[in-house]
Amino acid sequence: MTKKQSKLIRLTISYLIILTMTAIVLYPLLWVLGSSFNPGNSLNSSQMFPDNPTLKHYQFLFDLERSNYLLWYWNSMKISLMTMIFSVILVSFTAYSFSRYRFVGRKNGLMTFLILQMIPNFAALIAIFVLATRLQLIDTHLGLILFYVGGQIPMSTWLMKGYLDTIPKDLDESARMDGAGHFRIFIQIIMPLAKPIISVVALFAFIAPLGDFIIARILLRSNEQYTLAVGLYDLVAKQFGNSFTTFAAGAVLVSVPIALLFLVFQKYFVSGLTAGGTKG
Amino acid sequence: MKDSTSSKKHRKTALLLSILPGFGQFYNKQILKGLVFLILAVSFGSVFFEYMGVGYWGLFTLGEIPKLDHSIFLLIDGIIAVILTVMGLGIYAFNLYDAYHNGKRRDLGEGVNSVRKQYHNLIDNGFPYLMISPGFFLLIFVVIFPIIFVLLLAFTNYDLYHSPPANLVDWVGLQNFKDIFVLDVWRSTFFSVLTWTIVWTFGATTLQVALGIFLAILINQKDLKGKVLFRTIMILPWAVPAFITILIFSGMFNDLGAINKVLLPMVGLDPIPWMTNETFTRLALIMIQTWLGFPFIFAMTTGILQSIPEELYEAADVDGASVFQKFFSITLPLVLYATAPILITQYTFNFNNFNVIFLFNGGGPALPSQNAGGTDILISWIYRLTMTSAQYGKAAAITMILSIIVITVALWQFKRTKSFQEEDMM
Repeated sequence: MTKKQSKLIRLTISYLIILTMTAIVLYPLLWVLGSSFNPGNSLNSSQMFPDNPTLKHYQFLFDLERSNYLLWYWNSMKISLMTMIFSVILVSFTAYSFSRYRFVGRKNGLMTFLILQMIPNFAALIAIFVLATRLQLIDTHLGLILFYVGGQIPMSTWLMKGYLDTIPKDLDESARMDGAGHFRIFIQIIMPLAKPIISVVALFAFIAPLGDFIIARILLRSNEQYTLAVGLYDLVAKQFGNSFTTFAAGAVLVSVPIALLFLVFQKYFVSGLTAGGTKG
Repeated sequence: MKDSTSSKKHRKTALLLSILPGFGQFYNKQILKGLVFLILAVSFGSVFFEYMGVGYWGLFTLGEIPKLDHSIFLLIDGIIAVILTVMGLGIYAFNLYDAYHNGKRRDLGEGVNSVRKQYHNLIDNGFPYLMISPGFFLLIFVVIFPIIFVLLLAFTNYDLYHSPPANLVDWVGLQNFKDIFVLDVWRSTFFSVLTWTIVWTFGATTLQVALGIFLAILINQKDLKGKVLFRTIMILPWAVPAFITILIFSGMFNDLGAINKVLLPMVGLDPIPWMTNETFTRLALIMIQTWLGFPFIFAMTTGILQSIPEELYEAADVDGASVFQKFFSITLPLVLYATAPILITQYTFNFNNFNVIFLFNGGGPALPSQNAGGTDILISWIYRLTMTSAQYGKAAAITMILSIIVITVALWQFKRTKSFQEEDMM
């Protein structure tokens, strides 16, 4: 076997495997895209390439009188944005303190964050449910946002602290010499330099609530308050198969913007998660 | 002799006086600071005393009169009382320390700080505390409080028949744990769920890691065309929200879905009962998680591969190494070394991967022999016990067992990571 032949065989096998994987990855996504254009409602009659494609499921979703879909979309965006804003503020505060100051309790605080980061915050779901009932946060978005922000703090603090540690301390000290106060150094010197890591923290805080199902499922009761995850699940679970094509249209409308956002910021995700693992 | 006795006088007096908060500071002539401590102490005592009394009473008895006392609310109030007590004791200890510290300064003839200097001290030392307190308070209530609550709940008989307000909940010691390990139904369910959880964790995670690394290396071959396009396609399962794709798969694997109606007939196979046969559901779940999970490993490995210097391979070529030798002695070790910490988090993630189990088939199919579904892992079993059969006490006990497993793995991992050893932990 010559070198040329062996190269040919290697490349052919590689392409075969990659094309098979491409088909496996794309098939479900194209299938749901096709389903969303089917005229019928049921899973049974849905075809990947419908004979008479229609947009009626999209029209249904956009019709506020018949469906709450736009409301769910709005709820999800609102919750994600609020979670992002509060997470970034609180995480910058804690990360800055842990990175720049040496105070009593610092070591224990960092250890606590490290351990909490490993326990998913829905593990105590009975407690979340009971606590929310007691504080009358059931069926409110405020309750959800509080739990999401709380869940973001431990991991993101470690992530950001790791980054802030790499910003030289001479900067703070010379600013202090010039008479800048603690808070001014934080806002005017450190935060502008920490922009890359702030974007990572913000991105994680925005995406996490969109992907969460369980906490929203426990806390939210009424259909108008649902997030996309709970609402779409409801659409599928209530009468499986009978509104599948509507679900498909809803799924497409959620997936396309998020997937685009994701592909644009993909590098941040990888760097954030890798840094979180090796540093935290 | 006279010096040594007098030199400890102030600190002792100040310490003794500040048993009543504030008076040590008055003695040290720090009137303002003393007033702050005194006011804090008085308000703490008067406002919270009654509440704390009820809190502790509730915590110990969990209520005495059914329909009037709500055991679970009493438990919550009890925990809040404990948290407040801990905070109060912290302030009290600081009061003692402050009086002693300033007394010592006077003993040494350094004089106490003026109000202006105290203010600057407060700002300098207090700033980090001020900054972390909002985040920390939120953490106490949404993360730490629930953990304490579940910890305590595991020792109660809270279930459908002991459910407030109609009935009281009682402390039952280790009864829940005993039941889980002794009663036949619970024991067999617990061990079958635990076994599947472990099989699931290792099966799904190992497959997704292997596939991710394999594809990254495959696409990274120098003479392969279309790298950018293929890489984008391989990332797609990660880019689309997981809850969406899981629901799509649950449609596809359905009896009426594309797999049974289109794909299997195409290769001449009979339909497979994916959703009703436990073994097939498990198989489907592992395949789905592999599909969902490999892109992240793929993206990460691609990044690492691109940073491996070309010279390493050139040197290996000069030495006459084969493709396999280069792979096993250069590529794989470098990739595994760089990804090892992440791989462990992938395992803990799947161990608690509620979404895929619940959204695909609700943890089902149901099995007659146990009170968990055929594909329930620990976390989804806990959800089932909480939300559908109201076995709160048992669910809490299982949550504790699960947390102990996760924390053990977490501590073991962090002992080995760089940050734990190199971090300037003072």
